[in-house]
Amino acid sequence: MAPEPPLLSMSGITKSFPGVRALDGVDLDVQAGEVHCLLGQNGAGKSTLIKVLAGAHQPDTGSIRWHGEEVTLRSPIAAMRLGIATIYQELDLVEHLSVAENVHLGHEPTAAGFIVRGKTASASTAALLKRLGHAEIDPARLVGDLSAAQQQIVSMARALSHDVRLIVMDEPSAALDPDEVDNLFRIVGDLTAAGVAVVYISHRLEEIRRIGDRVTVLKDGRAVAHGLPAKSTPTREVVALMTGRNVEYVFPDRPLSPPPGEPVLTVRGLSRQGEFEPLDLEVRPGEIVGLAGLVGSGRSEILETVYGARKPTAGQVLVDGRALRPGSVRAAVRAGLGLAPEERKAQALLMLESVTRNVSVSSMSRFSRGGWIDRGAELGAARAATRELSLRPDNPSVPVRTLSGGNQQKAVLARWLLRGCKVLLLDEPTRGVDVGARAELYAVIRRLADEGLAVLLVSSEVPEVLGLADRVLVLREGRVVHTAPARELDEHRVLDLVMEGSPA
Amino acid sequence: MTQPVSPPRDSTAKVPEARPPAWRGLAARADVRTLSLLGVLAALIVVGGITKPDEFLDTRNLQLVLTQASVVGVVTVGMTFVIVSGGIDLSVGAIVALASVWATTVATQEYGFAGILFTAIVVGVGCGLVNGVLIAYGSMVPFIATLAMLASARGLALQITDGKTQIVTVPSVLDLGERDAYVLGVPPLVMVFAVVTVIGWLVLNRTTFGRRTVAVGGNPEAARLAGIDVRRQRLYLYLLSGLCCGIAAFLLIVLSGSGQNTNGNLYELDAIAAAIIGGTLLTGGRGTITGSVLGVLIFFTITNIFALNNLQSDVQQIAKGAIIVAAVLVQRRTASTT
Repeated sequence: MAPEPPLLSMSGITKSFPGVRALDGVDLDVQAGEVHCLLGQNGAGKSTLIKVLAGAHQPDTGSIRWHGEEVTLRSPIAAMRLGIATIYQELDLVEHLSVAENVHLGHEPTAAGFIVRGKTASASTAALLKRLGHAEIDPARLVGDLSAAQQQIVSMARALSHDVRLIVMDEPSAALDPDEVDNLFRIVGDLTAAGVAVVYISHRLEEIRRIGDRVTVLKDGRAVAHGLPAKSTPTREVVALMTGRNVEYVFPDRPLSPPPGEPVLTVRGLSRQGEFEPLDLEVRPGEIVGLAGLVGSGRSEILETVYGARKPTAGQVLVDGRALRPGSVRAAVRAGLGLAPEERKAQALLMLESVTRNVSVSSMSRFSRGGWIDRGAELGAARAATRELSLRPDNPSVPVRTLSGGNQQKAVLARWLLRGCKVLLLDEPTRGVDVGARAELYAVIRRLADEGLAVLLVSSEVPEVLGLADRVLVLREGRVVHTAPARELDEHRVLDLVMEGSPA
Repeated sequence: MTQPVSPPRDSTAKVPEARPPAWRGLAARADVRTLSLLGVLAALIVVGGITKPDEFLDTRNLQLVLTQASVVGVVTVGMTFVIVSGGIDLSVGAIVALASVWATTVATQEYGFAGILFTAIVVGVGCGLVNGVLIAYGSMVPFIATLAMLASARGLALQITDGKTQIVTVPSVLDLGERDAYVLGVPPLVMVFAVVTVIGWLVLNRTTFGRRTVAVGGNPEAARLAGIDVRRQRLYLYLLSGLCCGIAAFLLIVLSGSGQNTNGNLYELDAIAAAIIGGTLLTGGRGTITGSVLGVLIFFTITNIFALNNLQSDVQQIAKGAIIVAAVLVQRRTASTT
């Protein structure tokens, strides 16, 4: 152990939101002058962790030590005073203010306490921009007129305008061109050489290899690996940590032979410019087809385009051989498609409403005559649908927000079950679902398929796709790189395909 | 048990433990919000009864309060739907003005009762249609689209009347406001308000239209992905608000015996305030017709009590502002404890 305490030491951080435990005892140590990479899928807890570090969220339990001394980060200002700056993915700049005004927002150089000294602000901003290798940005320009890359530089200049000791960068390269990424890495190098610590969040493993010193991997709100050497840990090991299981799951048995019959869902040459390349697939009744791929592989985009929530650039979606009107959710729903989206709370649930109303929302015409709802029939049908999925509590009158993540997902499934849909599109069905509830959800999905539903499943968790699906399409950067029956694939093979091109 | 009867001190310590569940059970059934609004209204009636026992509780006075509340009340029912859906309609007062002057032009009055009623409603629905198309299919922000309608409708109302008061000469219309038309002491205008309230409540709580309204307001993206036609629903909601404005304009014509371009001034603020006092979330997804109507009644009762006690409209305005703030603060508190 080094005698010098680490610059930052977070231990046992937990943070719960209603219905989900976002962080579950996370530890993170960061040394001065290192680039510490934080890896994890969407929903692994990275954002929550850096918000705790930025003082934007208060942890439920756990301690934060700064230079070995315990501190409480009550607010973003408190974190900033210690020297912790955060550059968020959605840049938090004011578009209608100038570069210099943004950089000094909240700590403007003033005369007599309130008159802003514009020239001083401009001069110091220009100096910061020069240090960041972007002297060409005029401090007087409006931030809204700058490119995304330039805005990021401004955000960084703002962080550096404070006496910063630790800087958190949330996916800084996402909006940048390759040469801009090079400049970003040069800046990161300068910062660490000056003893500043950088917490770097990215999905791109090759970046982490280039600039990272150590890696902490988060999954399901837990740190599954601490301080791995960034340069020498095999890619496969890192990806397996991100996507793999902490617990062995029991997946339901699948039928031995592929179900017979005509495909109920047919996708022909479907594409969306910049998101995914022309795609063909078929799903038969009783079949579960899985799409495996990392973040950015186009998984969710494909599912939402099939569902009509995004308008395709080209191609067709056919249900029972009939083409759907492109870009129309209503046409898709009428034809028998149902979507359980990735962001359940934002995209599927009416959080102020009861389970019943959430379940019945897509089939209201079945309990109504002339627009008049028969609430007894509605409640009965909702109860039958939720019971079939063993939704807990067994009372559909409770508000949906009080349910756990797994039961909220069951409420979404019950909605489509009640409507009697033919094709179920599942986007990350176990995201935010407690580890214990997953096996039950898998059994439910398989049972629905056995009863004749066609299921198209998207998951970033390779074992989930392999364990649940009959047939798997492996995606990489919006393109299907491999198709095979799930039983012929294993996790390593899929991970190699998903990561193809990266050093393994 | 063979223990002696417990001392009084012990029993008082136990009572508070036993009581909250019973109280909560009652509150859950009757909805805390509605109960507290009813409480406020009851308190106001007590205040009115104490300060001006003879004038306030007089039948004629109560009839007057309810009649005045009816016009804004009908507008508030439509407004509640719009706000529950996550929108806002700033143009209601201006639509009432336009509908009331269009329905009272010399040309319209030639068609008598039916002509006036028909015109008021068609103008109201027409303005709602313009609002709805701009918002639902033109993707305009409701605040801006209805602000534009506010300006244009007021302007058109001024153009029609040239600033003059248009006296209604159709007897059958004027008769509706007379005491002879009261049924069991209830003025026809108040009956219209009551009917609109009941229909509004039924539509919001018992129909697919109401469900879709709540879904669109609570989570438009989820509503869309659940297969609801969000745009068409939005269009219908502004049509509904326009319809309510048309009905309110007719009530106002009956009440005032005239049509004026200054009619319906600041109705939008009264209606929005009443809905908020009634517990409707301005962000959409939650609201009740009962709450909004109680909000209207509270407003008009206060106005009446103040007027009877010779407090001028400046004091009334200040009190209204204070009530809005108090209502929102109280509601936030009850929301955070439940």
